[in-house]
This record gives sequence, structure tokens and C-alpha cells, in this order.
Amino acid sequence: MDKPFAITLDPGSSRANHTGAWRTERPVYVSLLPPCNNACPAGENIQQWLYHAEEGGQPAYEAAWRQIMADNPFPAIMGRVCYRPCEAACNRGQVDEAVGINSVERFLGDQAIREGWAAQLPPRGTASAPGDGGAPVAAAPTGKRVLVVGAGPSGLSAAYHLTRLGHAVTIKDAGSEPGGMMRYGIPKYRLPRDVLDAEINRILDMGVTLELNTRVTDLLSELTEAAGGHAGEGDGFDAAFVAVGAHIGKRAYIPAGDSARIMDAVSVLHSVEDGTPPMLGRRVAVYGGGNTAMDAARTARRLGASEAVVVYRRTRDRMPAHDIEVEEALEEGITMRWLSTVAHADPGKLVIEKMRLDDTGFPQPTGEFEELAADCLVLALGQDADLAVLDGVPDVTFSGGTVDVGPDLMTGHPGIFAGGDMVPAERTVTVAIGHGKKAARAIDAWLRGGSGATAPRHDLAAYEGLNTWYYSDAPAAVRPKLAAARRTGTFDEVTGGLDASTAVFEARRCLSCGNCFGCDNCYGSCPDNAIIKTGPAGYEIDYDYCKGCGICVTECPCGAMTMIPEEP
Amino acid sequence: MLKQIEGSRAVAEAVAASRPQVICAYPITPQTHIVEALGTMVKKGELNAAFLNVESEFAAMSAVIGAAATGARAYTATASQGLLYMSEAVYNAAGLGLPIVMTVANRAIGAPINIWNDHSDAMSQRDAGWIQLYAETNQEAADLHVQAFKLAEQLSNPVMVCMDGFLLTHASERVDVPEQDQVDVFLPSYEPRQVLDPDDPVSIGAMVGPEAFTEVRFLAHERMRRALDLIPDVAADFRHWFGRDSGGLVKPYRTDDAELVVVALGSVLGTVKDAVDELREEGIRIGALGITTFRPFPVQAVRAALDGDHRLRRVVVLERALAPGSGGIVTADLRAALGDDTIIDTVVAGLGGRPVTRKSLRQMLAKASLGDLLEFSFLDLNVGLVEAELARMRATRRSGPSAENLLRDLG
Amino acid sequence: MSYERIKFYQTGSFAAGNRLLPEDLRSVQASDARANTLTCGHRACQGCGEALGARYALDAVMRATKGKLIAVNATGCLEVFSTPFPETSWQIAWLHSLFGNAPAVASGVAATLKAMGRPDIRVVAQGGDGGTVDIGMGCLSGLFERGDDVLYICYDNQAYMNTGVQRSGATPPAARTATTPAVGSEPGNTFGQGKNVPLIAMAHEIPYVATATVADLRDLEYKATRAMDFHGARYLHILVPCPLGWGSKPADTIKVARLATESGLFPVFEAEAGQVVSAAPIRHQVPVTDYLRLQARYAHLFHPQERTEVIARLQAAADRNIARFGLRIDQSQQDHPERPLLPLAPTDHTPGER
Repeated sequence: MDKPFAITLDPGSSRANHTGAWRTERPVYVSLLPPCNNACPAGENIQQWLYHAEEGGQPAYEAAWRQIMADNPFPAIMGRVCYRPCEAACNRGQVDEAVGINSVERFLGDQAIREGWAAQLPPRGTASAPGDGGAPVAAAPTGKRVLVVGAGPSGLSAAYHLTRLGHAVTIKDAGSEPGGMMRYGIPKYRLPRDVLDAEINRILDMGVTLELNTRVTDLLSELTEAAGGHAGEGDGFDAAFVAVGAHIGKRAYIPAGDSARIMDAVSVLHSVEDGTPPMLGRRVAVYGGGNTAMDAARTARRLGASEAVVVYRRTRDRMPAHDIEVEEALEEGITMRWLSTVAHADPGKLVIEKMRLDDTGFPQPTGEFEELAADCLVLALGQDADLAVLDGVPDVTFSGGTVDVGPDLMTGHPGIFAGGDMVPAERTVTVAIGHGKKAARAIDAWLRGGSGATAPRHDLAAYEGLNTWYYSDAPAAVRPKLAAARRTGTFDEVTGGLDASTAVFEARRCLSCGNCFGCDNCYGSCPDNAIIKTGPAGYEIDYDYCKGCGICVTECPCGAMTMIPEEP
Repeated sequence: MLKQIEGSRAVAEAVAASRPQVICAYPITPQTHIVEALGTMVKKGELNAAFLNVESEFAAMSAVIGAAATGARAYTATASQGLLYMSEAVYNAAGLGLPIVMTVANRAIGAPINIWNDHSDAMSQRDAGWIQLYAETNQEAADLHVQAFKLAEQLSNPVMVCMDGFLLTHASERVDVPEQDQVDVFLPSYEPRQVLDPDDPVSIGAMVGPEAFTEVRFLAHERMRRALDLIPDVAADFRHWFGRDSGGLVKPYRTDDAELVVVALGSVLGTVKDAVDELREEGIRIGALGITTFRPFPVQAVRAALDGDHRLRRVVVLERALAPGSGGIVTADLRAALGDDTIIDTVVAGLGGRPVTRKSLRQMLAKASLGDLLEFSFLDLNVGLVEAELARMRATRRSGPSAENLLRDLG
Repeated sequence: MSYERIKFYQTGSFAAGNRLLPEDLRSVQASDARANTLTCGHRACQGCGEALGARYALDAVMRATKGKLIAVNATGCLEVFSTPFPETSWQIAWLHSLFGNAPAVASGVAATLKAMGRPDIRVVAQGGDGGTVDIGMGCLSGLFERGDDVLYICYDNQAYMNTGVQRSGATPPAARTATTPAVGSEPGNTFGQGKNVPLIAMAHEIPYVATATVADLRDLEYKATRAMDFHGARYLHILVPCPLGWGSKPADTIKVARLATESGLFPVFEAEAGQVVSAAPIRHQVPVTDYLRLQARYAHLFHPQERTEVIARLQAAADRNIARFGLRIDQSQQDHPERPLLPLAPTDHTPGER
């Protein structure tokens, strides 16, 4: 074509004009800490495993499961017993409803058990998982031996992570079965034993030595001299992690007549687990407001009580028990007597005193009494840790019934670490599991002579950084539950899991806060065509042309972009 | 083919034979018969073209711009007010270098509104960058259209063919209308210099700033100057295929030994030549020069025709339009071509369709040959009327409230 | 609804695409094979809504026509910032003639293509609100009346922006422009003026008329594509915020357009042969003040004191639009999950008349 001068131009000749020179600030891609990750006591990279899971299909499920396993070896258990602080923090809750993270975790955990996926050691020289905080690992054995006292969630988690870090681990537990509170505190209808066993055995199959019915009485004799103990080289352990839990039920003085039946909730649950359930009678009163009280009441119903009443001195909003537990208990017909204390226990009846809350919210006796028919009273007034194992160990201090530890979970005695219910912390399985991981990394660092420096945390992906218009309105999928009536008669698992399509649906509700999930919005919304697509979820700013308008940042649904000043 | 045919109709048939692909039309007296004829041919299937009835002359020129840019041979026609209304697009077409052919059926421009013939419409667009050709007869009008397409497409420049409204458009004469097979041989199919093609995309119509605008204009001027060579070639080519003279730059008539030459454009030349013949009988050495191509202005051809043997003493320019406040329009170009040595008298004639009679021309030319003509005058001006009006205006230009003045006027 | 959305709850069909969506369910913009009809290096301001809207609309039309497209552009911002000699950012066959004649020029182009027997090549004419609503209205009406096979796209930034933000027939009431300054007893543009060109287009009973904004890419692409199902004159009116003229932040361009629709001030709908056939429901209605506050051209409504009566009139206009076009989403609709999106190729729609 014979184009007339200046009037007619060849296509795309504007590329000679590098409009990037106009910028005063530039957009960049960032990776922020999602609130779910931030809230998880076990430090799971929830956003990342949901990212895998939402693809659907077995390879995706396995990738998602392995991402969980990098931080938490008990996903199927979590999916049943964790109180889901992730969901409370989930930004989606401010759009419609929080993502059912727990449901998806359970689905993935159950898939793993069904498919028989084995726990793997990480490849040589790589970090154990992305988002791991950069903890150095070695699949090759380090030659170090670590003792774990207590085969509860904390100890098992520590054993798992220590093994992944290359250490040889021996767990010693005084009980006859591993699991700790997972077995002896949480009833079967919340956590079926086949699931529990599968996830425990998966850890043991990695090569962890488990010695049951073994109470540790002289901890120092187990440790090498380098760890401050007396054992000889080759005999002893190079470090120890103590996590014996808190399974001694607190007692309170309750005036009682002869043959009044008063029992301790922890023992009741333990006996049920051992297969020798106690006779509680038709009408059971449970004294206390915590999760154990709920478990005791619900267990009582399953053991044949036609009535189970929870007596609690304050009101529902002050109950330490988790909402989920209370809801399920109420659905099963457990009744609650708020603002009540037990004044006197007699055979067949209790004398209850009514309380009222004073200005400070503290319950005060009113002097009004009433009778409550009850065949037995089960005390669920809290639990104490059995600290005997650390008695006499030099430099180990205690306060308020727990052992003092530093931020790395090391006690005063170098080489001895502690975690779980026996250290000051919220007492949940998830927290305990998180302690196990943290302690394992700290032990690993201590054994190498350094102090494990954790990578700095990224900034939090706050709700305000999201552009929620782009997310469709979609309420959470709801797990099916056994009909309440049927529930109270059996120890069958109460809450069923999601099926695959619902689990994928649920995973896809994740907003992916602060982390790019490849929605193409930035690529689509640039008026200057200044973003290059490098892959299915990969983008690059073409700074030759980017004018720094910031539309991409505003329209990023998950807040994975920000503007930074242009260098002068 | 020889026919007794109305001028508009002859033009329509000549245009049709040139195989336009897109015709846009907005009606305005005295162009209507041209576009009606073309429209009928298209509707009957005799002419394979798209015929667009548009909503204004501005749209008409715009549509042919789009058509030409897409590679179609495109045609439209207008006059007077319509030409002004499309003026923005007229300049645009030339600036973009699109080979559009347009008939201007010359008509006066208002206010006051006047539907009859003079050249003020085409003259208003003389600087737009279009080639302007003026037909003397209906034969020439038909022939010039055929030549215009060839010229336009070779140059990539639009061409305006001017024919006097009513005098030519509505006059029925003997015309040898160019036939299809003749035209097909003379006029090849349109090969655009630039075209909108999705398979070879370009951006046509960029914004050009101070750094290059002058050069664009220079090149446009060059293009027009190239036309001065091309126009005679096309006319020669036409003579070869059609066997008659038509078009070209200028038409000298008995100028060889003339001492006085009348310069004119368009159909008035017929009457001028009659007057010249009469005066020659009386021994006056007079001739006439018809300017067929007014833009580009054929300076060399004019000089050669007028003063080849240096006998020329005086030129009378017969203007069919007026530049108020300035005077003649053709005169200005002529003076630039001839220099100050030649005496030029400007006579403005036939504005708004006033007939230019042989008698009046004779009288005026006789005076011119005696040197008694004013440098600038109007032919057949009603002197009494204008003097009375001027006197009235002078007389009424007195102080006092206007109401009083009006009352006084009313007597 | 004019079309149905994807059952994909993370981002549904609102975002441009998603790595998990099959390609044919993503937007045209999500594809790295998109035409990039208007490519980088143009001189538009940072955050220019018109640059974005033009690429959105034309890339969709390019896909629908398999790249066989000729565009005619009126004088205005889009033309000026895209073709300053020696640079052009257009990658398609493109023609600029004058300010008011884009529809007529396009008629000529379409007539030529028909005369040449090239039904595969389609024509788009485009211009700003100035070139469409005011100076181009005569030609636009002529195009509509003749039914020439042209899609006319108006990029409406509600003033003559390229010449320095002067009032046009599309400038909304109370808005500040250089010729309706925010001074005097009634600052800003006068109430009771202005033209509704989509309704004017509908009055011509052309096959397809639609409005859209740059805030809803999928909707805009659908409409640009749908328009190409028809032959004859079609009209697409796209709201494109201008950060400079509106006094909004460049980063807020899409957000401001979204608020214009969510407040009801700019109704998004489709019409065929003069009848409204669908309207995009407002997802989460906002008061007009949410929209007005982001733009300095309305700052005089809030400072030095709030002009509550003017704001109330604007709110009333928004409410009237909501009632007139049926823009309020039903409560029941909010609880329903999204329905699947149809692929962007024409499927069971009846093709437009020739």
C-alpha cells in the first residue's frame, strides 16, 4: 500500500512511545498473609491448600493434602475436632459466610485415609513445604535422637515434624493407647477411632518408636550429658519434648450425703474409652461449662440417660465451651441450668443455688435454692496438668499449674522443651499440634547449635484490601448431620463430611486473600495493555508502558497487588 | 451515442458508464435530476451500485469518503448551500487524498436564497484542494465526468466537475453520451492507493502536528501541480478513444492575433464566442479564452494562450461570482499569471441567474476595446435602483431614534 | 437477565477469567490471544475509561467477526490519543474523518462492502458523547433510519473532554464542566436538559440497542458480541469515566462506573426493535452520594455545605431509572445460586434480520 505521508500510519506504531515514563508510582504483585493462615494455631497454609483443592480431582486433592501435611499431620482429625479459628477470621464471613475450611480439611483427610496416601519425607535439601518459614530440613538422618514424652496430639505432632527433619524419635506414653485427649477426652461420636488410629499409625509408619505403658519418672536419666542429663553417649536422647497434657480433673468441695454419686468427667470419658462405661443412671447432672462438660453430658445420653442437665454458674455467653459443642448438645436435648451452683448432693437429687451476675459479671449467690432430680453428678470443672515428670529438673519453673517456657517452647533447662495443655496456652488439640511443630523446629535448631530464626511474617491480607464485588454471592455448604434423635442413641459419628463436589464448591468460595489466584482481572483491566500474561496464573507488568494508574490494584479481587512509589 | 437529452440525464449516463460502486445523494436544486436518474438506474438494476439516500450533504460527502477509503469508486453531486454544508467534508476528502468525483451544479449562495446559476458555490471551495473543472456544454459536462474518474484515481485527489445549474443541467441538447464499452476501455477499474483492509490494516486520518503539517500541504500542492501535466494527457487519451476534444486546461478561441481577450468559465462561453464572432466581423481583434481547469490554475497554459505573440493589450475577465469587498476571483489568479503589464478589466455578470445576453456582452466588449470600461464593473447593473438605495441609506443615516427614522421612510 | 452467569462461586463470571474456567467461559480480555485492538503507547491519561472501553468492545467484536472489522472513528479523545503522527495504537483497519460524520462515513464503508460482496467484513463506527449526542446526531439518526449495517459505539464520558471538559448534551445535571462551572446560585449543569440517546436509538426501532459500562466486562463483551448477531444499524452506549474531567482518581475508574450502575444513575439494559428486553439488576444498591463523592465535578454539592435538595433530585432520578427499567434485584434472586453461562458464540438466539 502506498500510504500518503503522515496521514496514514502502520498498525501498532505507538509502541515506540514508552508511556512508562509518566509514572510516579508503580503497581507490584505482593503475597500477603491470609487471615486464616494467620489464625491457625498449627500454622497451616490454608489458602494454599484450598488453592490446590479447588481444582478438583484426585491429583489436586493429594496436592492439597500434602500441603496440609507439611504443617499438620492430622487433617481428618482436625476436620472433626478443631474449633476453626480460621473460619472465625475468614474474610469471606464479611461477604456472606466464612468458607467451610474445616469441612474441606476433613474431606481431604478422609480422602487420604481412603486412598492410603503415606506421609512422605520431604525431598533432600528442600524446605519441608512452601510457606514453611524457611525451616531448613534434611531428609538424611541427622544421627540425633529426641525423646517425646506423651503420645497426645502435641507429642505426636512433634514426633512427625522431628522425623521429617531427619531425627530419630521415641515416644513414651504411660497409657495403653496413643492419642492422649484425642482418645480419652473426645468421645467417639465426635472422633471415630478408626480415623484416629489411621492418622496416628501414619506417623508411626514413618519410623517413630512408640513405647506405651511407659511412664517416664527420671527424665534426666534419659538425656545425654550434652542435654544436661546423665545418660551415656549412644544411650541417651539429645533433647526432649514433654507434652503429658492436663488430664487430672479438678475437684471442688461439694457437701454430699453418703452414697451420693459424684464422678469426675475425665474419668467417665476414660472409662467409656476403655470399654468399661460407668452406670450413670437415668438422670445425669454435669457440673461445669467447658467442652468436657458438653462431652460428658452427651456421653451420658448415649449411655442411656434419659435426661442430661448441665449446671453452670454463669450464663451461656460466659461458657468456655465452644459454640459448636453447645449447639450440638442442645440439639441432642441436653438442657442447661444457667446461673446455678451445686450446694448439696444427695442420692437422687441435688440442691441447686441460683446465682446472679453482679456488675463485674461475677456470679453471686442469691440465697434461693431449688431441687434438681439427678441420679449422679459428674464434675467437669477443669483439668490440671500432671507436672511430676519435670519435678526436680534443674532450672525448670512452674506457674499457675503449668510449666514456664520461652517463645521457642524451651523450658528453663536447655534441651528440654514442653508444649500442649501443660504449658500456658489455649487448651485445644489444634494448639497442641501447633506446639508440636514449633517445638520440633526449635529442637532442630537447638541441636544444630543455632536458634531457628523464623522468616518475617508477611503483612496481613485485611478485608479492606479486597475487591469483593467480583465474588459471587454463595453461602457456605453445610455438612450433613445425623438427625438429633438418632444421634443421641448411638456413638456413630454425628457430623458427616462433604462429598467431593460440595468440597470443591466450598474450596472455591475461598477469596484467596492476598494471594493471586489467576483471575485475569489485572490483565483485563489495564487501559494501556501493559500487563503480560506469562502463564495460567502468572502476570508481569510491562513497565515500559505502565502509566501507574492503579486500576489493576483496585480491581484485584484478592488484594494481591499494591502501589509503591517510583524510584526517583 | 447521440441523443437529444437533458444535461442532467447525460451526466447521469456518463457517470453510470464509469461504473461507480457507491453513489450518495442529497437533493438540492438544480442537481436533482442527476441523482434521480442515477437512483432509477440502480433501482432498475441497470447500474450495479449502492445508492444511499442520505440525510444531508454533509452526510453525502462523508459517506463517499468512507466508500472511497474502502476501495469503492464513489460519486456524489450537489450545489450552492449543499456544497457549503459539506464544506468540512470537502476539505477532508482532499486532505485524505481520496479520488471522489462530485458534480457541482453551480448555483448562487444565499442569503438571499437564490436557486439560479452563478459560480459562487464552487468558487467558495477553490482552496479546498479539489481539482475544479468547468464544463462549457452538456457534451463537455458528460465527457468531463468520465475523465474526472480517471484523473482522480491516477492522482489520488478528488475532482469537482462544475456545470451551470439550469443553463446546462436542465437544457435539452444533442449529446454524444459516452457508451459503456467506450468508457470501459478508457477507464480501468479503481486501484486504490490506500485502502481499509482488515487483512492489511492501517490507520487513515492521523493527527499531524506542526512538525509535519507543512510538508503534507506541500505534497498536496505538488499533487495539484502534477495535475497540470496529467489533465492534458487524459484529454488526449479521451480524444483517442472517443474521437472528440473535451476537457484540457484552457480553450482558446480566436486568440492568435487578438488584442482583447475575454476570459470566462462555464456555459457563458457559448454566448461570449457569439459576441466575439460578431465583433470580429466589425474588425475588432478580439478572442476568448475558456478556462476549463480552474484548479489547479493553469498559469503556463493561460500565458501561452493569451500572449504567445505579445499582441495582447487588454483582458476582460467575465466573473460569474463576486468576492465582496475584494472584487473578482478569477481576476486575481489571472493577474498573478500575467503580471502587471496586462490591463485587466473585471466584469461581474450573471449573478443569481441573471441572463448574460449577447447584446449586453457586445456593448460591454465594444467599450472595452475602446478602453472605456471601468477596471471593475457589473454587467447590466440596475444603476437607478442601486443609486436610489444608496441615496436612501445615506439620507437615512441621521441621528435620532430609529422609530422616527422608520416613520420618515414610510412617509 | 440478558445472559446467565457461571456457576463458579469464587468469582463467578464477574472477574475477567480464572485459571480453573474452561477457556470458552472466560472473557475475551482474559485471553492472551485477544486482538488488543488498541495497544500500548497511546497518549490517554492514566486510568482512562475510554481507552479501556474501546479495547473491551472492539476486542469482543474482533472475536465475533474473526478479525474482519473496519472501524470509523469520530474526532475526540479516542482519536487524538491514539493517532498522533507518527504513532498509531490501532491494530485494525481504521479511518478518522471528522467530528460529526462518523456514522455517515461508516454508512459509506458498509455500502461499499455490500457492493463488493464482502459480507464477512463488518463495520463499527465510534465516537465520544460529543460526537454522538450533539454534533453527530444528524448523521447518527440518518444511519439508524436507513438501517445501514453498522454498529455505532458511543463512549460516554459525559462532556467534551478532549477540548478541555466542556458541557455536552450528555453531561448530567449538576455536574461541573468548563462551560457549566460550579459558581453562582445554581452551580454545575442545568437540570432538565440533556438527551437520552439510547432511548432515541430505540425510537428508531433499530434491531439492537444496549448500554454498558467498563465496570462489568462480561456484560459489555456479551453486548458487543450480541450486537454482531444482528445486521442493520445497532447502537451501544458505554459509560466510560474520565478521571481528568470527572475529577476522580485514575485508580477508581472502574469503581466509579460500578457505582454509577449500582446507584441507578446509569441503567444497564438491552433493547431489540425498540423494546427493552433485559436489564442488568443492581447487585447491591448504593445511595447516589457514594457515587458523587468520588468525583470533584460534584464537589460543590458537598462543600462548603451539602446541597441536599440537589442531591435529592439526583437520587430521585436514580430511583426513577430503577423503577422504569426494573433494576431492583428480587430478594429471592439473591438466594439462588448462579446459573451457567452460555458460550459467547451465538447459540439459540434468533439471528437478527438482514
